[in-house]
Amino acid sequence: MNTRIAYIAANTFREAVRDRVLYNLIAFALLLSGAAILVGQISIEIEKLVVINLGLTAVSLFGVVIAIFIGIGLVSKEIDKRTLYTVLSRPVRRWEFIIGKFFGLAGTLVVNTFFMAIGVFVALLYVAHKLIRADALILVALYFIILEFVIVCSLALLFSSFSSPLLSAIFSFSLFVIGSFGEDLRNFAGMAHGVSRWLAMGAAYLVPNLSPFNVISSIAHEQPVAGQLVLHNTLYALFYAIMVLSAAILIFEYRDLK
Amino acid sequence: MAAIEILGLEKTYMVGFWRKRPKRALSPLQLTVEDGEIFGFLGPNGAGKTTTLKLLMGLVFPTAGSARILDHEWNDPSVKAQIGFLPEQPYFYDHLTAHELLEYYGQLSGVPAKQRRQRVEQVLQQVGLRDVQGVQLRKFSKGMLQRVGIGQAILHDPKLVFFDEPMSGLDPMGRREVRDLMEQLKHEGKTVFFSTHILSDAETLCDRVAIIHKGELRGVGAVEDLTSSVQGKVEVIWQGTLVPASIKALGAECHATGDRVRVIIAENQQDAVIDILRRERQRLIAVTPVRTSLEAYFVEKLRRAETTAGSPT
Repeated sequence: MNTRIAYIAANTFREAVRDRVLYNLIAFALLLSGAAILVGQISIEIEKLVVINLGLTAVSLFGVVIAIFIGIGLVSKEIDKRTLYTVLSRPVRRWEFIIGKFFGLAGTLVVNTFFMAIGVFVALLYVAHKLIRADALILVALYFIILEFVIVCSLALLFSSFSSPLLSAIFSFSLFVIGSFGEDLRNFAGMAHGVSRWLAMGAAYLVPNLSPFNVISSIAHEQPVAGQLVLHNTLYALFYAIMVLSAAILIFEYRDLK
Repeated sequence: MAAIEILGLEKTYMVGFWRKRPKRALSPLQLTVEDGEIFGFLGPNGAGKTTTLKLLMGLVFPTAGSARILDHEWNDPSVKAQIGFLPEQPYFYDHLTAHELLEYYGQLSGVPAKQRRQRVEQVLQQVGLRDVQGVQLRKFSKGMLQRVGIGQAILHDPKLVFFDEPMSGLDPMGRREVRDLMEQLKHEGKTVFFSTHILSDAETLCDRVAIIHKGELRGVGAVEDLTSSVQGKVEVIWQGTLVPASIKALGAECHATGDRVRVIIAENQQDAVIDILRRERQRLIAVTPVRTSLEAYFVEKLRRAETTAGSPT
């Protein structure tokens, strides 16, 4: 990686850590341990199912919230506070800044997810008293969640490059919600006719299709994940993020920093 | 060799939400700054000083024109390793300490690791922040942030330094230190381009100055040339507390402070006043021709610009 990108990414990560973003882990730990103790008392045989469902959903939601709330300020905050002036007056190209910021945020989320994953496995061990081979499937679900974060980070960064933090938050969160029902949107587009079919089809392919990334329920039921889906999701997330980041760079490259 | 050549650089912003209308921030600007000089860019608030600096730093894009910095196109990224920039009222990553911030900027400027460590220590000492190098910037005062800003601008030993209002927020000692620093940079053969509206700083420091007002260049030249025009008046100072009636009768402008009297008279009255003082047995201290101050020149230029703008066409 270009060293300037690495330095910008490292600074973004350090900023997130020092701004106590990782404190969310405490809330996550409390939620998970509370849930594990509670389901252990009220449910029979489905404790594991509940812990996996609840744990992975919490990992996903906590991460998305962090991705959006940090991502929306990555560029706009730097412009407002004018910290960007002293960075861009150095031999740093604008695209390097955007990519560095992206990797910094994505890195923060990977570290955050790593600690949450440990929490999920500890909670699982608490309720099931042992880990079995099928539990390794949880790692696939976590991988998909990280891919989802990559997409959400790129979207938040795109909106941050031209819009205010509030609007960026609204746009990013809306796209995440719509994207979570991406499969339904595509099915609706397939059923529509005429102009509405083309509009719905355009919208369905423009917004991220996050449905295939949600395998939490099937993994909780110990159903295997096809290798093809892993490949498809990986390529889709990379392609989508690259496209969105390219748009962010294109906008930022020609923006006056007033 | 010219350190900076500004070739008709111009900036018009589109303002308004629905109905965009053009607002000119900088009229085509032609300016050359020679290598090794301290150049002052003067103008009242909103004159276009910061816009010019932002254009040169590539933070905003010109509507027309171009510039050359250290013999490179102004938007050539490689030239940025050789320039330092202090923005107006700087704000930095407040989660970092002064040491970490300088280290980070050193990394971005491509300063090798070994040299960087040494340079960070040296600059912290130079800007007087060595004792607080481990404190996060969120706990710094405005003046301390200004010092950090100056530190990051000179950290990578640039050939050319741009300072936007460098004295802003500094106490008298701080201002003095920045003046000394600028002189030191000049002695090291570096070029300093700084914007200010504090004219005394410019008068003390600058080899040449340019005056900008409402986005237009109003004058440029060496400080001595701009301030050398004799007004045909003489300042006479002597020890005493009273002004003889015969001097008052000449229509002199009199000021008495402590045990000194200072009068300003027409040049042709100089001998008469000296004769009166001899007769009155007063102790003469100084007789000097009154020259235009940079402030007077500046005010005159702006007044003339206002008159031209306000006169019917």
